[in-house]
Amino acid sequence: MARIDLVDLAHSYGGNDAPQESFALKPVTMTWRQGGAYALLGPSGCGKTTLLNVISGIITPSRGKILFDQQDITPLSTQKRNIAQVFQFPVIYDTMTVGENLAFPLKNRGVPKPEIDKRVAEIGRLLDLEPYLNRKATRLTADAKQKISLGRGLVRSDVAAVLFDEPLTVIDPELKWQLRSKLKALHRELDLTMIYVTHDQTEALTFADTVVVMHDGRVVQSGTPAELFDKPAHTFVGYFIGSPGMNILPAEVKGREARVDGHVIALNRSYDNLPAGARIEIGVRPEFVDAVAPVPGLLTAKIERIDDLGRIRFARVRVGEAKIAARAPAGFTSSDGNVGLKFNPAHIHVYADSLLVEGAA
Amino acid sequence: MDKTVNQKAWFLVLPVFLVVAFSAVLPLMTVVNYSMQDTFGNNQFFWNGVGWFKELLDPSTDLGGRFLASLGRNLFFSLVILAIEVPLGIVVALSMPRQGWPVAACLVTLALPLLIPWNVVGTIWQIFGRPDIGLLGYVLNHVGLDYNYVSNDIDAWVTVIVMDVWHWTSLVALLCYAGLKSIPDAYYQAAQIDGASRWAVFKAIQLPKMNRVLLIAVLLRFMDSFMIYTEPFVVTGGGPGNSTTFVSIELVKIALGQFDLGKAAALSLVYNLIILIVCWIFYTVMTNAGVERKVQTESKPAVEPKPSAGLKPVPALKPKEGVA
Repeated sequence: MARIDLVDLAHSYGGNDAPQESFALKPVTMTWRQGGAYALLGPSGCGKTTLLNVISGIITPSRGKILFDQQDITPLSTQKRNIAQVFQFPVIYDTMTVGENLAFPLKNRGVPKPEIDKRVAEIGRLLDLEPYLNRKATRLTADAKQKISLGRGLVRSDVAAVLFDEPLTVIDPELKWQLRSKLKALHRELDLTMIYVTHDQTEALTFADTVVVMHDGRVVQSGTPAELFDKPAHTFVGYFIGSPGMNILPAEVKGREARVDGHVIALNRSYDNLPAGARIEIGVRPEFVDAVAPVPGLLTAKIERIDDLGRIRFARVRVGEAKIAARAPAGFTSSDGNVGLKFNPAHIHVYADSLLVEGAA
Repeated sequence: MDKTVNQKAWFLVLPVFLVVAFSAVLPLMTVVNYSMQDTFGNNQFFWNGVGWFKELLDPSTDLGGRFLASLGRNLFFSLVILAIEVPLGIVVALSMPRQGWPVAACLVTLALPLLIPWNVVGTIWQIFGRPDIGLLGYVLNHVGLDYNYVSNDIDAWVTVIVMDVWHWTSLVALLCYAGLKSIPDAYYQAAQIDGASRWAVFKAIQLPKMNRVLLIAVLLRFMDSFMIYTEPFVVTGGGPGNSTTFVSIELVKIALGQFDLGKAAALSLVYNLIILIVCWIFYTVMTNAGVERKVQTESKPAVEPKPSAGLKPVPALKPKEGVA
């Protein structure tokens, strides 16, 4: 168990001389505290698996350092690092029994036999594998195999962190829920640092207490699910988290006013020192935009369709080129296809070149 | 549902039947025919029943003695060949590079011996090992080793075995390499994470994943080495004495040297049968070894239909209602 620090860490498959834009993992400095449940969230190809493999030592970073409890372990091989990892596709040693599979990481490290037996029994119990411990690990269902893989990751009590690389991809949706809540329970019970890579926001938001969002090789924000939702630090986070994602509108912002399509929207804070020449946008979640009957003074939009999600309805509307989703109250219809949009000023954020700008009170 | 019966369909099988008949069955029946009779030339035949077979399997007769002795030599040879080539092939495959140009270089180099015709291999080693002009023989004798495959039994055996190892280990290595390449990287990464030693990786991942190709390698190498003829014939001619006379060499001696067609025919039939039986046993044992293990450890209800012991290699991969 340890605190993990990444110091100016970066990786390029093409070597350090390659232009930084091509780095698979752009320089990042951050800290993972001991015992935390983290999720690395991002679309495919955003560098999250690279970051994970750098931490576990499968990839040696081309730049920067990794510290476990202030100790530099960057040059150490995977075996020497105190780390466990579970992969996307289950890995089973099929000449062994399920129990031997679980014991394998301990046996390789010379843990005494009674200790191994105790650990294997405990993990077997936690993962409901008890009745199968003495059975050959062949011809099992995908979820049983992945449970064994998870078990091998969790069986060592002294690991600095357990890394999960999209471990539930191959599992049926129904069992996914079960396994995920199982993992969450295991996290509480075993007090291990867990880092969970996924491209599924539901998975990330339900599993983790800190979600790290990656985009294009960069860590764009790290925070609690609520923070990511309420105050996305990057337009990508706003767009990627939440369903539907945040509305991003090109705007001219001056003082406490944003001008969209010639219409003025009031802001709660004042933005006087925006960087000159930057691309300015405002972002607001669909939950904080109301579609109402068009009246003078409101931004008018053309309605395209209404999505009924059951507990809530979203109107998909268009203002000039920009598409917006807005909350449509029950029974809302539009006679001529025009709607007015009512923004909640407290939840409008201003972005300069995709990055959040804090306004003055 | 009733199936339409149409006996004309048999005509469709006819061409294949004829081809097989002329290429395999008729020649085989000729051999069977010869094995039951004795001939002194001039197309005169005398019925001998199973006489040749009796003689062949009776060690006290000349024919039987020669056959059983060469059979013993042949089995020993195959055993030694397998014991050397299979582990060596695995080691070579494990130490081959995994990517980049060295892969191509290795593959080409390994494939070279496989492309050389048998009698050329024999000639190469025949000259290579000669004490007067051969590089190997000359050097060995000059460093003080008394090496002469023409006069010394052990030297002859060593030469023949080393020659075969040189010629065929590549085959095993290439097969194993193919098996190794098919293992996903995730297995190695997981093993690294699990802190597995090199030996543990080999035992837990590589060997189990290679067992299919190893089965093929063992079968091929057994059949080939059991039928070996050309190379030892070119190098030693079966000598010194009869020490490297394998069954095929003995067969040619009887058939063409002594022109004992009846004895030779009986011998070839028995020879053929032995190869078939041994291969079948190998195959059944090696494919069932895995299946047996699985069936034993299957949870109590024995509803699992046990794969029949015949030539059905595929272990049922159907997902079982498992641990969940």
